[in-house]
Amino acid sequence: MYIATARQAPAAGGTGRIAGNVLALGAVSLLTDVSSEMVTAILPLYLVLGLGFSPLQFGVLDGIYTGVTALVRIVGGHAADRWQRRKLVAGLGYGISAVGKLGLLAAGTSATAMGLVLAGDRTGKGLRTAPRDALITLSSEPSALGRAFGVHRAMDTVGAFLGPLVAFCLLWTLPARYDVVFVVSFCFAAVGVLVLVLFVRDHRDVLPRVAVSLRSAFGLLRSRPFRRVCLVACGLGFLTLGDGFVYLLLQKKLEVDVAYIALLPLGTAGVYLLAAVPMGALADRAGRWRMFLAGHLALLGAYLLLIGGSGIALLVGVLLLHGLFYACTDGVLMAVAGPLVPDELRTSGLALLQTGQVLARASSSVLFGALWTWFAW
Amino acid sequence: MRIVLVIAAVIVLGVGATAYALRAPDEVPVSVAVEPGPVELTAGRLLFVDDASGKVASVPMSDPGGPRRVSSLSCKRFYTAAKQGLCLADRSGPFPGSVSIFVDQSLTETNRIDVAGVPNRAKLSPDGRMASWTTFVTGDSYAQTGGFSTRTGIYDRETLLYQSNLETTRIVGMKRAEDMNFWGVTFTEDDRSYYATMSTGGKTYLINGDAVDIAAKTVRENAECPSLSPDGKRVAFKKRVPGDGARPWREHVLDLTTMVETPLAETRGIDDQVVWLDNDTIAYGLPGEGIWAVQANGEGAPRQLVPHASSPSLVSG
Repeated sequence: MYIATARQAPAAGGTGRIAGNVLALGAVSLLTDVSSEMVTAILPLYLVLGLGFSPLQFGVLDGIYTGVTALVRIVGGHAADRWQRRKLVAGLGYGISAVGKLGLLAAGTSATAMGLVLAGDRTGKGLRTAPRDALITLSSEPSALGRAFGVHRAMDTVGAFLGPLVAFCLLWTLPARYDVVFVVSFCFAAVGVLVLVLFVRDHRDVLPRVAVSLRSAFGLLRSRPFRRVCLVACGLGFLTLGDGFVYLLLQKKLEVDVAYIALLPLGTAGVYLLAAVPMGALADRAGRWRMFLAGHLALLGAYLLLIGGSGIALLVGVLLLHGLFYACTDGVLMAVAGPLVPDELRTSGLALLQTGQVLARASSSVLFGALWTWFAW
Repeated sequence: MRIVLVIAAVIVLGVGATAYALRAPDEVPVSVAVEPGPVELTAGRLLFVDDASGKVASVPMSDPGGPRRVSSLSCKRFYTAAKQGLCLADRSGPFPGSVSIFVDQSLTETNRIDVAGVPNRAKLSPDGRMASWTTFVTGDSYAQTGGFSTRTGIYDRETLLYQSNLETTRIVGMKRAEDMNFWGVTFTEDDRSYYATMSTGGKTYLINGDAVDIAAKTVRENAECPSLSPDGKRVAFKKRVPGDGARPWREHVLDLTTMVETPLAETRGIDDQVVWLDNDTIAYGLPGEGIWAVQANGEGAPRQLVPHASSPSLVSG
């Protein structure tokens, strides 16, 4: 009952039209990412220069929310399935994050209030991801799922690209007006929510009326193919270095000024942006699971280059392979997992997988950070 | 129809945001008495950054609340010692940057060094030879971690030796860690030994460093932005105290001979590297409240020296 293999069959896809729903969700993600990346880019500046927080306080504020999002993701996924209201749950997540931008203005100099606002923002992000991805899988032709996710992730990355630019240009023209950045960020998020409300349609097919419980969500792990995907994704996630470390290693090896670390992720994002659609389409043809594993080979290549490479080849090679890794794995994994989970439990299943991946990566970061401190010098 | 709704929303929000951005900030316009005359580094003048103009200004120490002279030099931080000046200014483009500008007695530029990050602290050694500055680098803001670090440079104006970042400093008895950050340097009279803040693993330490050996030892925990007294026997620093506000600090003075620490009478959170006006008095800026002074022995009450000003330093005789 848990395997919907019948819909996974033809491998000829990849040329059909991208569903309107996917494009709409892409637009929502683009707008929301502009909004959230604007804030991420200037938040340290605002906390320290605008409010006078010490760098240390910022570290504390930033570090404690991974667990919160993990829990919220599972609960949100379950709620979306239980009432079959994916759009509502996703909308709630987008809405909370939008309102949070105004909350930043209201929090003032209170560390507690600032912590609550940031926790709210992460909660919103945790809530929306799984129902959004579930909607993409439910709205797309199963044979072209990889490409659909590619399109969505490319649009999403455009937003992440533009956000910091918009923020820094605003601060450049209006020095020290962090409040204006927050207001503009809210406007982007609000338009995003509006596009979601008006253009995204929830998938309200007549789905089999089964009792959806938290137990049935975890029961998905009894299906062997889905369990394998989860285990492998978490295992690989655990072996994945955080992006921050990759850029730090790159900066150290190239001996460039630490300020240029800011520009390195642009390289990865640029490659991701360009490669997401072709790699997604390729995954539809050549096999998504194979693509997911190949992506990790690209990552391994990036690590090897970090150890052995030098000069311009190191820089270009690492960023290229790192970007390809994202293009081959991020959306592709969802395209792999989607069809393995029955429609009525789609959100819970994806939430479970994403949570496992997030926790695996977080523990890997903590572990690697400790190792780094211990051995690196 | 739906498209029209979205376009309407974009227009409404766009107009709203623009109106918000153009609206004059809430603050009442700053009006301060200004007197004509050049700003020069002459004995008995208190130098500072004027809030209204963002430029270096000065008042006589005998009448700090009186009319000020304003120069044309824009700085975020300014410090003077031995009749020389160091100005840490914004060098903003799309990404934040700073520039350290050295000036002579008449505030004429003699040298400049570009620095990455946002201006934070600047200080000269008592004879003006050693210069140091701290900037905030938010470089990895594109990265998911949103990390954040300080960069502290030391420049020897005699040997022209420039250490762009103290982070290579070896700390006696400690493993070097990636999260080590340094800020707020204050030099002793020998132009080699200094005190500064180092943070790692969520704690801050007062360190005593050697600029030639590039090594330091920790003196005590929980101390930021040290400032040595003119006689070199005491060091003032801000110490974190419990509290929810953005500036949870209380200024303390540590006697380096007895290692006895005294909290000062100022209870508002000071986020500044304070300066010593003489061996008994320190001065500091409070955001929005100007420059204040308080006794260094923990007694007395704080008093305002200059309104609408920050980053004080006194030209000594």
